Order: sequence, then C-alpha cells, then structure tokens
Amino acid sequence: MIDYLLSFLILAGALFTFIGSFGLWRLQDFYSRLHAPTKATTLGVGSLLLASALFFSTRGEGLSLHEVLVTLFLFITAPVSAHLLSKAALHLRLRSLAELPEDTAGGEADSKTDQP
Amino acid sequence: MMRPGWLPHPLLTPVLAVVWLLLVNSLAPGQIVLGMLLGWLIPLFTLRFWPETARIDKPLALLRFIGVVLYDIVIANLVVARLIMGNPSRLQPVFVRVPLALKSDLAISLLANTLCLTPGTVSSQLTPQRTHLLVHALDTADPAALIATIKRRYEAPLREIFEGC
Amino acid sequence: MLSVVIDLAFSLVGAAFALSFWRLLVGPSLPDRILALDTLYVDAVALLVLLGIHRSSTLYFEAALLIALMGFVSTIALCKYLLRGDIIE
Repeated sequence: MIDYLLSFLILAGALFTFIGSFGLWRLQDFYSRLHAPTKATTLGVGSLLLASALFFSTRGEGLSLHEVLVTLFLFITAPVSAHLLSKAALHLRLRSLAELPEDTAGGEADSKTDQP
Repeated sequence: MMRPGWLPHPLLTPVLAVVWLLLVNSLAPGQIVLGMLLGWLIPLFTLRFWPETARIDKPLALLRFIGVVLYDIVIANLVVARLIMGNPSRLQPVFVRVPLALKSDLAISLLANTLCLTPGTVSSQLTPQRTHLLVHALDTADPAALIATIKRRYEAPLREIFEGC
Repeated sequence: MLSVVIDLAFSLVGAAFALSFWRLLVGPSLPDRILALDTLYVDAVALLVLLGIHRSSTLYFEAALLIALMGFVSTIALCKYLLRGDIIE
C-alpha cells in the first residue's frame, strides 16, 4: 500500500520537475518561461521530498522530517527568485509577448525603499 | 519601535526552535533545550535586522489561508502544466496592475509570494508608493476577473489576518 | 516496483537537466540564463533526493539543503547585479 503511494508521489514529482524544465525549453518569451520552473518544479521537488520523508519514516528508524525543511525552504525562496528575476527582466526591458507596461525601468528607485 | 526586552520576537523563537529540531532530525531532550536556546539567542543578536515585530491578529484565519494556498498551489500547477503541454502559441500572456489595499510590509510581501506560487501569475514589481503590484499572468482572457479573484481570494484574508479588519 | 519507478524518475529528471542546460547555453538574454541556472539547482536537489531514496541513505539531505541554499543565494546575487550593476555595496 505504502509502495503505491510512494511510487505515485515519486512519479508525480519527477513528471512535474520534467514539465517545469520542458516549459523552460519550449515557451516563447522570458516572462512566460518564468512560470514553468517557479511553479511546476517547486511542486515537483516538493512531492519528491514528501515521498522521501514517507520512505524514511516507514523504514522503522523513527520519524524523518527534515525533508520538510528543504520543502519549506524551496516554497519560501522560489517566489522571491521569480519576483527578482522578473524585476530584472523588466529593468532590462526584455522582449515580451504581452504588452510591456510603461515606467518599469525604475528598479533602482523601487529597491531604495527597502532600506529604512 | 525597537523594544529591547529579553524576548523581542515571540513568534520567531518557536519557529527557530522547530527549524533546529527539523535540521538535526531528532527529538532528544538535549536538542529541544538547544533549539529553544538558539531560538532565544538568535533574535536577540539579529535585532537590528528585524526592527518590526510581526503581529498576527487571527491565527485561525492564517491556518485557513495556508490551507487555501496549498490547495491552490496544486490546482495552479496542474493548470500551468496543461498550458505548457498545450499549444504555446495560443497563450495570452498579459501584464496586470493590481491595486493594493494592504499597508504593512509583511502582508504585501506575503501577497507577492502567494501570487508567484498560485494562480498562473508571477508578481513582477511593486510601484514605489506601494499602491499597485505589477503581475504577469501566463494565460488570461479577462484581466478584470483576475484582479477580482486576487483581491477576493488572497488579499482579503491577508488583510483580516495582519491588519485586523 | 519501486526500483522501476525510481529508474523512470531518474530518467525524467535527467531529461529535465538536459532541457534546462540547453536553455542555459542558448538562452537569448541574461535573465534566461539565470533562470536556467536556478532550475538546474532545483533539479539537482530533486536528483539528490532520488539518489537518497535509491540508496536508502539519509546522507544526501545535507547536500540537498546546501544546494538549495546556494542556488537561492546565487540567483539573488545575480539578479541584484542585473538590477544595480554591483552586488555588495
């Protein structure tokens, strides 16, 4: 029973990881490509880590939860990387399929407000 | 603002202790004590980086929000996966400006992070006056509906949790 | 059954590596390359976790955690570089 669950989680995780990179390879402009790794890869690795936690917890050596830490870390950091990458792309005014909004070159002025 | 006391961040301390226990992957009494000690000392020594104390008005609403977001992450991933595997030339990517009703830093950054993880969007830029958040959506036919969804599903709970209204 | 599934997962993640690497080499702009590098880091975490399950060893977690950490920090540093022209001021 636990084997089926594990197999499902591992396959789903690997599939989502693959789809993330596949989107990175396939989509046409940077802003669209950004979506693929941020979402798909994060969930893919998350479910792989869940499978790993389940695997080691059922091997009889007690609960194994430090995978949760990596998952948590990835879920917190992936959006931050995505946000900064898209901000950098807007700053450089990369070509986009969507209509670029005006006055986006102000990455500098925006970052200044980070400091009190 | 700077409130020097022996426990400057009452929320950070248990979080750090739990992170320590996860890191060493054990529940031995010694590790629990060490974790609590670290959770107490680290906020004291890094007080300069954290001038503001996070305040959660409604913990139950926060739990419900986390549940909603986790569910949405799975749904959004399936949607994005389908879009990627489908025909990429039929996508309608669009930039949307979402007007913000949130005021506090923590709430705005949480909203931006949530938007990156969930409904097929990536938050791109915060305007300098913090009035609007620029969001890139992968495939949207109706930007107004997207804005309405974001405000109803994510911004309203965050306001309730962190700004108590 | 599990070993077959793990082999299959290895090949899927390997293919993901190849596609990201292609984007790293080709990627027309700098943010594209940074994004590809970030994806490679996350794929490396996935590969290490799979290796840990394959060998029934928990030794790989520290490595996975460190790679995730380094990936995040380097992505942030490179983005900062693009946004401002320098990293540490």
